[in-house]
Amino acid sequence: MTTAPYQRGVAAPDPHPWRMRGRRAFVDRLATVAVYLAFVIALVPLVAVVWYTVGRGMARFGSNFLTHSMAGVGPLDRNGGAYHAILGTVEQVLLASAISVPLGLLASIYLNEYGGHKMTTIVRLLVDVMTGIPSIVAGLFVFAFWVLALHKGFSGFAGAMALAVLMLPVVVRTSEEMLRLVPDAFREAAYALGIPKWRTILSIVLPTASTGITTGVMLAVARVTGETAPLLLTVFGSQYINGNPFRGAQSGLPLLIFQQASSAYPAAIDRAWAAAFTLILIVVALYVGARLLTRRDALNRR
Amino acid sequence: MSQALAPLNAPDMVSAPRRVRRVEPFRGITLAAALVTLAILLAIAVFLVSKAIPALRADTASFLSTRAWQPDATPPVFGVAALAFGTVLSSALALTMAVPVAVGVAIFIVEYAPKRLANWLGYAVDLLAAVPSVVFGLWGVYVLIPHITGFQRWLANWFGWIPLFSDPDGHTQTASRSIFVAAVVLAIMVLPIVAAVSREVLRQADPALKEAALALGATRWEMVRTAVLPPSRSGITGGVMLGLGRALGETIAVALVLGTSFSINWHILTPGGNTIAANIANYFAEAGPTGRSALIATGLVLFAMTLFVNTIARAVIYRGAPRRRVGR
Repeated sequence: MTTAPYQRGVAAPDPHPWRMRGRRAFVDRLATVAVYLAFVIALVPLVAVVWYTVGRGMARFGSNFLTHSMAGVGPLDRNGGAYHAILGTVEQVLLASAISVPLGLLASIYLNEYGGHKMTTIVRLLVDVMTGIPSIVAGLFVFAFWVLALHKGFSGFAGAMALAVLMLPVVVRTSEEMLRLVPDAFREAAYALGIPKWRTILSIVLPTASTGITTGVMLAVARVTGETAPLLLTVFGSQYINGNPFRGAQSGLPLLIFQQASSAYPAAIDRAWAAAFTLILIVVALYVGARLLTRRDALNRR
Repeated sequence: MSQALAPLNAPDMVSAPRRVRRVEPFRGITLAAALVTLAILLAIAVFLVSKAIPALRADTASFLSTRAWQPDATPPVFGVAALAFGTVLSSALALTMAVPVAVGVAIFIVEYAPKRLANWLGYAVDLLAAVPSVVFGLWGVYVLIPHITGFQRWLANWFGWIPLFSDPDGHTQTASRSIFVAAVVLAIMVLPIVAAVSREVLRQADPALKEAALALGATRWEMVRTAVLPPSRSGITGGVMLGLGRALGETIAVALVLGTSFSINWHILTPGGNTIAANIANYFAEAGPTGRSALIATGLVLFAMTLFVNTIARAVIYRGAPRRRVGR
């Protein structure tokens, strides 16, 4: 490599042109540090919440906690458990899924397989807007509609309706995304064999997208399992075991946490942490399950 | 040509009506499901309005400007002013704290983190969104508040000359259930939403543009600043608006962290301040018929606020997104 001949008035060539100096290099390093720092800052609350929930939750968590209710337990007592709340949560979430999954799935089939341009755009926009409804508003709605207008009492079913309002838009949108991933060639192959459209959807499109749809439903379930505000206005909370979601106030894990955390007594606060630990276990199990399903999903491997 | 094709077309034309009849029912069922979904949105508005009217009629003060909450007194006096103020102030503070961090996280995951690690780090941030809000509330009351009291005192001591941080009565010495603490908790809850939306938007930046920037000798940051961020601006704005919607409506965490008060308080470090959603959660159990109707009226205000914010958010995101295939 020959060096350039010296010329008057022209700066000598930079011997290391690939190395930046001065302000630009400094700004680049600064940005790198800031971006790494942002990530660390974001992880701090996650680690802190999990750390304290596990640490403090272990104090009361165990088979005794999982198999006893709060019946006759005062705020100062050290016993008591979450059995009634877990039962309530499971029933409410299952009922909410039973309402919102079929409805949401059918609506998503309409959006992706049948709808015309204008109608789909409107429905999709409104469903997206619905995703942003605050959970307390969903609770107020069911309270206004079920308790005030229809004169029914607080019940697990009322809570399930509020949760279904929150789940529905999530189910519609995630199912729609999954249906969209099904290649058109599958549908065309079915049409070519003379299979009517509804059969094509039921026996070709849905089974192909089923793993993805299941994932979406699990994520929606995980989201509503931790909802407290709507339950406060619809299920109301109870200390006793009530296995019938259609009659009378029930409890739920988030409600139990809220009520125990509002108390000033250490025993109640311990129960709140143990219940929070239980709730996190359930929600994380749902999330991990959904992730594992996604990894097995052929359509999602991009 | 048309002569030769005619026989081929004939059977199809005969069978056409039959095929339509066979397909229609399922189309109708799915359309009905889509319409029911829309009807629910409409029903929410209708029922909230109709059940809020009794309280609004009974209110002896101006609902929009009164800073008191005695709906079950005779005569009832209540208004949404202080609550709406606290809702907007806490959400705005939360966004100010969360957005820079969230966008930083998104840039980190998309452009800086090692490729193999990036997905897992993304999951970790998503997991933050999985933590139920009541758990954040519990953590906020029993972990964050004891730890943040000193920081609040420090802020008030050194930055008290900024009106927002001033502490005229020395409250920060003893108590810390302030709008600031609520905003910190909200910021943690909003962060994963903004980060997730920003991440998806940044990922769609044109690789050709990025390579062009690098080829021109841009540093990594210059590449991000000139080739990745500008086309993502509208998408990130949409994500921020979604986060705002979440912050406005967040209930339980704020209800646990904040006390109950009905003043308009600009001193974010001092106790006091309340939000619409938290007030509903705190007062619902003890409220009488007028009280519950009044809470529904405030819920209606919250519903309108979030609807407005979310519609703008979606409009911004739709405009920024590439055209999608619609229907089939």
